[in-house]
Amino acid sequence: MRFGVVRFPGSCDDVDALLAAGRVGDAVFLWHRDRDLQGVDAVLIPGGFSYGDYLRAGAIARFAPVMEEVTEFARAGGPVLGICNGFQVLCEAGLLPGALLPNTSLRFVFRQVRLQVADPDTPFTCACPSVLSIPVKHTTGRYHCPDPVRVVLRYAPGENPNGSQDDIAGVCNEAGNVLGLMPHPEHAVDPLSGSVDGLCMFESIRAHVGRHAAV
Amino acid sequence: MSAATQPSSEPRHRALGLTDAEYDLILAALGREPSGVELAMLSLMWSEHCAYKHSKKLLRRLPTDGPHVLVGPGENAGAVDVGGGLAVAFKVESHNHPSAVEPFQGAATGVGGILRDVFAVGARPIAVLDSLRFGEVAGSERSRYLLERAVAGIGHYGNSIGVPTVGGEIYFEPSYEQNCLINAMCVGLAPCDRLIRSAAAGEGNVLLLLGALTGRDGIGGASVLASAELGDGDEAKRPSVQIGDPFAEKKLLECCLELLDRALLVSLQDLGAAGLTSAASEMASKGGVGIDIDASGVPLREPGMEPFEIMVSESQERMLCVVEPERMADVLGVCEHWETLATPIGQITDTGLFRVLNAGELVAELPVGLLVDECPLYELAPAPPTSPLYPGAEPQLPAGAVASETLLALLRSANIASRRAVFEQYDPVVQSRTVRRPEQADAAVLALEGAGAIAVSIDGNGRRVACDPRAGAAEVVYECAANLACVGAEPLGMTNCLNFGNPEKPHVAWQLTEAVEGLRDACEALGVPVVGGNVSLYNESPDGPILPTPVVGMVGRLPEPSRAGRLGFVHAGDAIALVGRFCPSRAGSELAKLLGDAPAGRLPAKNAEAIGDAHDRVRSLVRSGALSSAHDIAEGGIVVALAECCLAGGVGARVHLPDGLDPFGEDLGTAFVVSGPPPALTGCQVIGRVGGDTLEIEGLLSVEVRDLADAHARGLDQLLAWDE
Repeated sequence: MRFGVVRFPGSCDDVDALLAAGRVGDAVFLWHRDRDLQGVDAVLIPGGFSYGDYLRAGAIARFAPVMEEVTEFARAGGPVLGICNGFQVLCEAGLLPGALLPNTSLRFVFRQVRLQVADPDTPFTCACPSVLSIPVKHTTGRYHCPDPVRVVLRYAPGENPNGSQDDIAGVCNEAGNVLGLMPHPEHAVDPLSGSVDGLCMFESIRAHVGRHAAV
Repeated sequence: MSAATQPSSEPRHRALGLTDAEYDLILAALGREPSGVELAMLSLMWSEHCAYKHSKKLLRRLPTDGPHVLVGPGENAGAVDVGGGLAVAFKVESHNHPSAVEPFQGAATGVGGILRDVFAVGARPIAVLDSLRFGEVAGSERSRYLLERAVAGIGHYGNSIGVPTVGGEIYFEPSYEQNCLINAMCVGLAPCDRLIRSAAAGEGNVLLLLGALTGRDGIGGASVLASAELGDGDEAKRPSVQIGDPFAEKKLLECCLELLDRALLVSLQDLGAAGLTSAASEMASKGGVGIDIDASGVPLREPGMEPFEIMVSESQERMLCVVEPERMADVLGVCEHWETLATPIGQITDTGLFRVLNAGELVAELPVGLLVDECPLYELAPAPPTSPLYPGAEPQLPAGAVASETLLALLRSANIASRRAVFEQYDPVVQSRTVRRPEQADAAVLALEGAGAIAVSIDGNGRRVACDPRAGAAEVVYECAANLACVGAEPLGMTNCLNFGNPEKPHVAWQLTEAVEGLRDACEALGVPVVGGNVSLYNESPDGPILPTPVVGMVGRLPEPSRAGRLGFVHAGDAIALVGRFCPSRAGSELAKLLGDAPAGRLPAKNAEAIGDAHDRVRSLVRSGALSSAHDIAEGGIVVALAECCLAGGVGARVHLPDGLDPFGEDLGTAFVVSGPPPALTGCQVIGRVGGDTLEIEGLLSVEVRDLADAHARGLDQLLAWDE
């Protein structure tokens, strides 16, 4: 099982995602200018501020050469996980519906939040328990979509940190192989950090890829 | 403000901040009138900010040697050996005056600047801490604005560049109303063999400018903003404040670290105050060489900049490095990968001169030594104040308040209330090292590769230092070390930022001199060397000087991160013990402030040996894993410390205080409240038990934990109206 972590200039949680994925499989970086996905089985688009998030969060990153390959990979059914800025990039790239708006507080917020797994039948949640404790940290995390969407993760009642519609923390595409979420599972994989609840998302991807390979 | 805009009636040198006597020294050294470019360069290099002319002699009194010191004062940042082949570089620096003018960019570029100081020595920044001071928020729109925008600016830069903000402190006092303090500390990590110095070397080597375009930001910042008192008309100084771009710095950071990893550089230096002038002359001075720079080769953000503007611009996100010509191709390849502009702008010479050319024309030629070493150093003329400097305030608590009322008032007060509304705006976990973050422990803990962890803390207390600068400054060092002890760490090194008023005034000179003595006393007593720091003087407004505010940042090491201490009580049934010789006084205390008292009076005499023993004891207990919690007794005294342990753990306690102990008096850095299974505390002074949902102090008070939480959690929110 091999994860690829996309690295844009301005990615900040890229090493964190690599370390987290490395706990359940191999993990390599994919440079934004390269069109080669190096044969990875799953793509992670990490958090941070790609290209400074100038113009609009994720708006420039969608034009990176690597995103053409990621789009192809997603269309072919490959699992793609976008975390925080990665979620914003996936929405901008049209791989996920909806958009992320500034938090209602208009401030950056870091907080450990409880999440409810609304859909356990995805490549990202198939090995997860029903409730997870994972941190969020963002300024632009208020999910909005006028159309019905496939919700995978919700903030537990009273824990919505950003005013997101219907307490949505993560959504996937109709096919279920592309997930974007604002919380950071890669920051909940080490007992020293206080929570290991994020690890199950990486384990889910491994289990999914394993099943897929076996068919 | 530029030289060109000065009224013609005033001599140029005075308008640029040089005294007549200093200008005469320059004339004598050069044997001629300096050119405009030369005068701009000299005025900045001879400013207080660059030359430390009122503090350098004093700072020599601080101990700088220790078994773990790898790099002492004088480099961009100091560094200590943390074992396993790793070095930790760290430094605290002020950005006070820019932040008072434009708090968001002032604070943001304060963070950006201290990050560059740390990666300039080859260390990857792994943590930021900050120490902030503002006027009273309760009655001041200005203070709320400064706080809100400075916090946003710190978060903007640190969050965007991917360096966690793991700790800090904020206090509110009237004396900071016009002159807020924004001190930022950065901690970086490097393999010991990647540490690099800034000394330029090698005649014919290329001087390469990395990073952002050069614009008109911060021109005159060092002399006009950083070395004069603030007064009316500060709006006009707005163009002097630098604008930060964390994205540019992120690329610059990765680029520099890769250049160093591949050993492609001779030396590296960041551009801070006084821009190219300061960076290049410091590099030349340390290497004993000369430097030629072609100002017309510097890539500019705006057309028509004069050579003097190019030489003193404080545009952010720039670094200067020295490269051997045969390595240029490799260096430029790395810069291209990280999309970082790299421009050769000059070369190293053997002349000992700093020469500036502009399209072939020589516009400045100064001996490097004149710029760096020959600024006169001034003797201070200290004298204790003859009348009180800082008045008392309106009482916020009646003198006869009962103890429970006093406790809730303290927890609600701006100086003690929860900082959650602030630290939730910072990312404390990026880089996946953070083991303890704010409100979990008294110091932040960051795991290292392989084994072990470091602990970091930053502290200051203007009120106590105002009472007695020597004892108060020592107390700050003891408290910072106590924070480290609470997580099980031993201090390896210290950095400090001395924030004071105008040192040309005898009473400020006295505060500064006494405070440095106090820092030395405590550093020597604990065996903690000072590896670097910063001085910020002239922090005055028309109402007088700020409280004397030495800020201390400390780095320590602990062997086992999984045993790092926590501050909150955990288990019902645990015993609570008081460790240390605690001799509280009310002088300068938070209670005294609530009662309207001026910061005056005697601080408790300190027994350095007893303090060291108490720190050792707590550190050993934490490291052994025997304790459930450890917390040092600080502002608000022992009852507030106990309440904080209850709040962090969400559990009550029943305590019997030692007879005659002042429940709200303070004695910073000397004593601790710890909890653990009763057998673990054998031999300690047990004062109570954890349990229930009430903090009950026999004969004094009984308050439900949820009432404590309500006061503590909402104190700052209410003052700031930050409720969502």
